[in-house]
Amino acid sequence: MRLANVANLGVKELRSLSRDPVMLIFIVYAFTVAIYSAAAAIPETLNNASIGIIDEDRSTLSNRIVGAFYPPYFNAPKLITRAEMDAGLDDGSITFAIDIPPNFQRDVLAGKVPDIQLNVDATRVSQAFTGAGNIQTIVTTEVTAFARRYRSETVLPVDLALRMRFNPTANKSWFGAVVEVINQVTLLSIVLAGAALIREREHGTIEHLLVMPVTPAEIMVSKIWSMALVVLVADAASLAFVVQGLLGVPIQGSISLFLLGAAFNLFATTSLGIFLATMARSMPQFALLTILIIMPLEILSGGTTPRESMPVFVQDVMLAAPTTHFVSLAQAILFRGAGLSVVWPQFLALIGIGGALFTVAMLRFRKAIGEMV
Amino acid sequence: MTETPAAGYVVRLNDVTLRYGATLALDTVTLDLPAGQMVGLIGPDGVGKSSLLALIAGARRMQSGRIEVLGGDIGNAQHRRGVCPRIAYMPQGLGKNLYPTLSVKENIDFFASLFGQGRKESEHRIAELVESTGLAPFVDRPAGKLSGGMKQKLGLCCALVHDPDLLILDEPTTGIDPLSRRQFWELIDRIRTGRPGMSVIVATAYMEEAARFDRLIAMNGGRVLAAGTVPDLLARTNQATLEAAFIALLPEAQRRGHRAVEIIPRDGGDAVDAIEAQHLTMRFGDFVAVDDVSFHIHQGEIFGFLGSNGCGKTTTMKMITGLLPPSAGSAELFGQPLDPHDLATRRRVGYMSQGFSLYTELTVRQNLELHARLFQLPAAEIPARVAEVAARFGLTAIMDDLPSALPLGQRQRLQLAVAMIHKPAVLILDEPTSGVDPIARDAFWQTLIELSRRDGVTIFISTHFMNEAERCDRISLMHAGKVLVSDTPRALIDKRGARNLEEAFIGYLEDAVGDPPEAHAAPLAVEMLERPPVRRFEPRRMFTYAHREALELRRDVIRALTAMLGSVILMVIFAYGITLDVENLTYAVLDRDQTAISQNYALNIAGSRYFTERRPIIDYADLDRRMRSGELSLAVEIPPGFGRDMTRGHEVQIGAWIDGSMPMRADTIEGYVQAMHAQWLSGVAHLSSPVNVALRYRYNPNVKSVIAMVPAVIPMLLLLIPAMLTALSVVREKELGSIVNLYVTPTTRLEFLLGKQIPYVVLALFNFVLLTVMSVTWFGVPLKGSFAALLLGAWLYVISATAMGLLMSSFMKSQVAAVFGTAIVTLIPAIEYSGFINPVSSLHGFEAVIGHVYPTSHFLTISRGIFAKGLGLGDLQVPFLALLIAIPVLIGTCGLLLKKQES
Repeated sequence: MRLANVANLGVKELRSLSRDPVMLIFIVYAFTVAIYSAAAAIPETLNNASIGIIDEDRSTLSNRIVGAFYPPYFNAPKLITRAEMDAGLDDGSITFAIDIPPNFQRDVLAGKVPDIQLNVDATRVSQAFTGAGNIQTIVTTEVTAFARRYRSETVLPVDLALRMRFNPTANKSWFGAVVEVINQVTLLSIVLAGAALIREREHGTIEHLLVMPVTPAEIMVSKIWSMALVVLVADAASLAFVVQGLLGVPIQGSISLFLLGAAFNLFATTSLGIFLATMARSMPQFALLTILIIMPLEILSGGTTPRESMPVFVQDVMLAAPTTHFVSLAQAILFRGAGLSVVWPQFLALIGIGGALFTVAMLRFRKAIGEMV
Repeated sequence: MTETPAAGYVVRLNDVTLRYGATLALDTVTLDLPAGQMVGLIGPDGVGKSSLLALIAGARRMQSGRIEVLGGDIGNAQHRRGVCPRIAYMPQGLGKNLYPTLSVKENIDFFASLFGQGRKESEHRIAELVESTGLAPFVDRPAGKLSGGMKQKLGLCCALVHDPDLLILDEPTTGIDPLSRRQFWELIDRIRTGRPGMSVIVATAYMEEAARFDRLIAMNGGRVLAAGTVPDLLARTNQATLEAAFIALLPEAQRRGHRAVEIIPRDGGDAVDAIEAQHLTMRFGDFVAVDDVSFHIHQGEIFGFLGSNGCGKTTTMKMITGLLPPSAGSAELFGQPLDPHDLATRRRVGYMSQGFSLYTELTVRQNLELHARLFQLPAAEIPARVAEVAARFGLTAIMDDLPSALPLGQRQRLQLAVAMIHKPAVLILDEPTSGVDPIARDAFWQTLIELSRRDGVTIFISTHFMNEAERCDRISLMHAGKVLVSDTPRALIDKRGARNLEEAFIGYLEDAVGDPPEAHAAPLAVEMLERPPVRRFEPRRMFTYAHREALELRRDVIRALTAMLGSVILMVIFAYGITLDVENLTYAVLDRDQTAISQNYALNIAGSRYFTERRPIIDYADLDRRMRSGELSLAVEIPPGFGRDMTRGHEVQIGAWIDGSMPMRADTIEGYVQAMHAQWLSGVAHLSSPVNVALRYRYNPNVKSVIAMVPAVIPMLLLLIPAMLTALSVVREKELGSIVNLYVTPTTRLEFLLGKQIPYVVLALFNFVLLTVMSVTWFGVPLKGSFAALLLGAWLYVISATAMGLLMSSFMKSQVAAVFGTAIVTLIPAIEYSGFINPVSSLHGFEAVIGHVYPTSHFLTISRGIFAKGLGLGDLQVPFLALLIAIPVLIGTCGLLLKKQES
């Protein structure tokens, strides 16, 4: 392999890309708007939850309970009847329904510990748990305060000091932004590397390359380094200007260590992009294939939801995906400030997977390139 | 309306101008074409021939001026609808309006039923057409696998199946072999004998065949240069051939500098062979592209390959360049066996592939420099060499332009310059001049002759133009992968006693092929059809489109697989991936008390089904490292003296650190820890509350994520893939060109849209059943309500979903945009605003508006309601009604946005 050829061809890729406005817009979009909106779109778990209250007591205490629910966690409660409760839960217009029984206040004051029924639409999993916990606490606090005729902190002999590490307020937009940066690295590198190959084939330029004294390996490596470089630069700029600058997300660890990890990941994903491009006959087929591949890579590698919640076999299968290790090292570095001493196993895994993908892609590329002319 | 203007004019153009952006395609053209004649449009590529024909056919929208076709204004939609069954239009490009995966019969059948022919009638006509065109033995072969000549005959069958009064053919014979070309024109003649009233308008790039037309129109730069009969034009310009006449007609500015090509005879020196090919054979699967081809090319010779598209010229050339390793046989370059892996031999060869194949994103200079570097010219010499070839090939003035902005002739010169940059001894040129105007073509040949005679470069060139072949020192005639004969052009003509090379070639072809399949020369008798009135909505045409779409889909493996199984694959991913269950949380305890009470506290956590315990934490450094690596989601610290202080009633504090890097998970952990702490306290300290909140988790008592997610994932998947595929199906037709069949047949927009939609609705319903079965059996999500009601809802919903795909296709031009655009535009509202994660009732403002109208919201309510809540049709009237309203709104909008003409 001649490095001069690899360099010249890579520069050619960069020039080609610089004159492809659609791809440029796509790159800019992916690392700005997409990240910004991902940061904004991740909802707070409990946000404007709809609550309905059947007040069969009509007492001071029941009024006090009704008044205890307000935005942003809850929409102002709707006072409903029992029939409306069933209909509302059925059609999804309310998620929580509280039933305050008759004589509730009297029973509380008499120390009878009456029941309050809380109905939860448990098909709204995102709100059901947290919401139910919250409502229980609110009701209990209100009733306790009322019973003691004064509002007071419940003094417990044993205190629980809860601290969130790495993200003290559990700010979800931090998470959304960084996860999106990680996802875009994978998506863009597959699309750019694959498109770089398919573009040559569709424009007939691949023939031209092959009659020149360059080898398939040089062609493939030139595409890999140039497209990986583009993604890496865009990624670094996005972390600096969008994530840290615009969104003000504090990054815990070393950005250069993260970029080094991203480079290892790009080695694997650009190889994957080349591989997919050799499987597809045209751009649309490549696009369909990419969607079917990128979805599991993004969703099952632990970026959006924790890996430990997935079935064990899914976790095992996903160990073969480069993104699993990349997500894990990226989260460790960016969120938790981990250093190389902590994330070296992920680096090793990425080198192994990248090497394997590169070899497979190279073998396939050598075979397929003859069929492309 | 049915009277044929036999005596008058079939087409009258008045002041017609057409622009594509800044380019002027037609410049105030005024022209009358007499009826019942065969009129030819001549001129090179890009002079406006195709635009003119598309306007006449009604396929392209008029911009200014007026065109009367068959006695009415073609700009008028009413007239177009009435008159389109009487016009047949065959666009440029081999089989461009055909469907490559459909068989010959299926293609003709498709057109026949669009024009409202009954089964019996169309079968009768198809039999007659394939018989007379010689396609009868191939009725079941896919159109994409036909040779160029056969494709054009099929195109003609499709055009003639509805018995038109006006036949418009745009370059019907470009790139097909001379025998097929002659057969094609004989066929047209027979048809015209059988139907004398029919008018034919043809565009062609071959001046030789233009001689057979009744009347010619020479075009250049969007203007008509001259119109008249062939003798007329020859007499007017005082020239012997049409090509010379055409050059003479060009404006002075363009003609300047033109010299007729002079062939300097070669002086001997045939001793050395530059290229020697022996028994070259190339097989692609069963197909033999090149069959035992042998030839040799002398050093410094111009050697030509003459043959049709697909006869094996390009494949042979690729084997000589080393691009394709031959299946059998061998080739030698200057006496050395050709080894595709030997990079050194590539430096001796310059190659120019068919069509423009340089980087359009690089400037002329960048292209030259890149190739110079890749051929490893010494860096110091590159600027001088680039300047040298630029001067030689006349590129100096355009060095910083992009190739796409250059005229075809200059681009050809650039390609030649690139092929010459490393001073190769052999040049291999694959159809370098197709589409180039005659003046540029002559200039190109002058350069070639100079390279051969002055520099001694060996040139191996392929062409399908006879007059170019005549300029070669020697030629090989190729047909169907075989070399028929090789010799000098003169010797070939003399050997056959033919008048010219074309006749000689046809002679050799006839010898090779045997009797032409269409032996019976009887005029093609086509009886006048009874034309059914064109109705506004004709279910038959809709089903014709649906049938065709289904056939095409079945034969495209990747699309078919995506349609059948894509959603199943994604379902598995989503059901496992988008889980909101937070379980198996890892935690460890730093117990610095080690008393019975502290151990009791730790045991309380271990008892939870949500937590998994890891080995105890040793110290703060251990805690820090294990949290940073992500090993622990929760660390609990019990302080020293905890048990003692607690029993004494002193205030004690338990520390809990939660990994906040995944905030949703962190929130849940926080909730769990608080609840466990409170529970432990009430167990130990007997604290009581004045009220008991009785929790009832309805519909999903264990609050399992899968129960909630699976019925919500189904609506998302039934949107994503069906919408993407329907969008793709329309945009594909735009990109490949077969959309023209919507423009020029009586098909209405609604028929087209619904027809394309039907197969995808059926497939989506199939997917729905599959997903439902998977949900119940694999994921164990019980279906509590009525399956029939769910199926009804799914049916309404997939109609809306596919209609959204159609809507997307109105805005998309390329298939790639259709895939990614549809994915983004459908997924965001489906996930964010349709109650997938957050209930619609929690949304506000703009988001809430989208949430309330988006079909996914309503089907989500139906799906969850029936799956989890056991509701019936009666409880879900509102969402059903909403879907019923969405369908006509969406399809109506598509209909308004879809154009019935190209703009």
